[in-house]
Amino acid sequence: MSIELRDVSKRFGPVAAVDRVSFKVDDGELVALLGPSGGGKTTVLRMIAGLEDPTAGDILVRGERVNDVPVQRRNIGFVFQGYALFKTMSVADNIAFGLKIKKWPAGDRAARVEELLRLFGLEGLGRRFPHQLSGGQRQRVAIARALAPRPSVLLLDEPFGAVDAKIRQELRDWLVRMHDELSVTTVFVTHDQEEAMEVASRIVIFSRGRLEQVGRPRVVYEEPANEFVARFIGVLNVLELRVEGGVARLDELTFPAHGVPEGQGLRIGFRPYAVQVSRNPREHRYRATLRHVYFLGVLMRLELETPSGLVVRSRITKDEFTRLGLAEGDVVSFQVREYRVLARDGEPLGPEVSAMHHAGTLGEGI
Amino acid sequence: MKARRAQNQHGRGARARRVLPGFGLTLGVTLGYLGVLVLLPLGALFLKASGMSWAEFTQAATNERALASYRVTFGSAWLAAGINAVMGTWMAWVLVRYRFPGRRLLDALVDFPFALPTAVGGLTLANLFASKGWLGRWLEPMGLKVAYAPAGIVVALVFIGLPFVVRSLQPVLEDIDREVEEAAATLGAGRLRTFAQVIFPVLLPSILTGFSLALARAIGEYGSVIFIAPKGSEIASQLIWYRLEEYDYAGAMAIAVVMLAASFVLLAGVNMAERWASRFQR
Repeated sequence: MSIELRDVSKRFGPVAAVDRVSFKVDDGELVALLGPSGGGKTTVLRMIAGLEDPTAGDILVRGERVNDVPVQRRNIGFVFQGYALFKTMSVADNIAFGLKIKKWPAGDRAARVEELLRLFGLEGLGRRFPHQLSGGQRQRVAIARALAPRPSVLLLDEPFGAVDAKIRQELRDWLVRMHDELSVTTVFVTHDQEEAMEVASRIVIFSRGRLEQVGRPRVVYEEPANEFVARFIGVLNVLELRVEGGVARLDELTFPAHGVPEGQGLRIGFRPYAVQVSRNPREHRYRATLRHVYFLGVLMRLELETPSGLVVRSRITKDEFTRLGLAEGDVVSFQVREYRVLARDGEPLGPEVSAMHHAGTLGEGI
Repeated sequence: MKARRAQNQHGRGARARRVLPGFGLTLGVTLGYLGVLVLLPLGALFLKASGMSWAEFTQAATNERALASYRVTFGSAWLAAGINAVMGTWMAWVLVRYRFPGRRLLDALVDFPFALPTAVGGLTLANLFASKGWLGRWLEPMGLKVAYAPAGIVVALVFIGLPFVVRSLQPVLEDIDREVEEAAATLGAGRLRTFAQVIFPVLLPSILTGFSLALARAIGEYGSVIFIAPKGSEIASQLIWYRLEEYDYAGAMAIAVVMLAASFVLLAGVNMAERWASRFQR
């Protein structure tokens, strides 16, 4: 079922935890609410569930206003961060809890519990108590319990926060598969942008109670609506430059001034993958020392330090790293292929600009 | 348990390393301490009683007056512990769940019956409920006679057992995750069902713990009861005292032995119920 928020605000005393937020989740979508902690995303999720009343604005499920519908009758499945399993009940009783309330006949109930145990890889664990399960299993019991009464919407609060890295990856894949199979409208909260990018079909980004951008993962990554989104999604090198003599400059790094008047400040950002590194100290425009190499798996993160002490992060593949034959302490050259002028929060950003032709005009040997 | 298992695994001379050693020493002190304080007096009690013949013992332990005193003792102790279980749960709930001015004062008041000499408590209650007392003057015209009536015994026992359930329940209540209640609500459960099926089963083991403590305390209570109990319906402890005054030591011991055995069975029963109620934790 579709969910829609219209100008929803939530105040706790003088603090606006959520400030005039509007967005829509279509039927069957898998959407992430993403933002730093305290950004208001959990409050939004709780308002959709009916665990929190909005101070202003409307919440619609399937086009109908549900503000006054109590949580018990909203027919949502909610998965809590700490799972919130009923510890005095067995796994099977946990899953059957919602079914008993909805007065399913005993036979249907048992069949549904069996079905969910199978679907969630929990066969044979029905008689266990929650404390006898691993973290990942508890998580799945919590989701199974929420899904048992066939809710119209599944809401998950930081579903992968409390498990270790390996299980987290499994759970992510599993959530995507489960969503594909059941196609129930799903909204989950996360502060991990990687998780949101990987799992969600669309991302709703919050900061300080405000909605910053809604879009597909690729869109928010490539076309961030503002500086906050650009900095929050992925890694970004950010430089504060000043316009002098027609170019924006910070120590030895220069960028075109883009019509910014002389003497004014300009903030630009560029992704680490846009930093091209060469072992030949003369190949690219800027010279730097390779201070540290971080091994990230397939990717390597390089920390470059210019003679004036600026630190620039670069990301290259392991293969390229090997091909270049780099080592810590090497003197290298680098250039910035693509960058973005970061406007102030709320202002739209220009598209990413290719810096290659500028490099050419400045007389570097390409 | 763990210590034994670890030793079995490693065999002699290769015991598991622990940060704090000293199982032997601590257990030795514990056994010695309990031996002197509990086992020795109990042994003396049984020894004294064993001086009687079986016929003498049954006569002293099961005569009409003794049987009546058991009924009064266990009946009122059971009732008082039950009242304390219900009201203790109620009070613990209020003290943990809500923030209101005077909460800490109220919380401190709960311990009052522990701090007060029980005789003082009994005297005060007797005065309150006497026909001219602050409460008695209203209750007696309504036909509720408390002081110097069987109900008075229950009131005294409720008073001295008040803190047990509250104190055993508070930490458990504080520990209950609000998310669990919200989870029940999202699944459609109303307040009553959430309390009865989600919260109460978590509380039950601690309620039973508090109940058994209050029960044990009530069975053994003497000081407060003697001031408020009616003539002619005495508790077993009172009867033991009367026997001692009559220099009938053996008779006193016989009643004491019965009390001991009955208390043991009763408390064992409550403990079993508690184990059953906390099966989800094992």
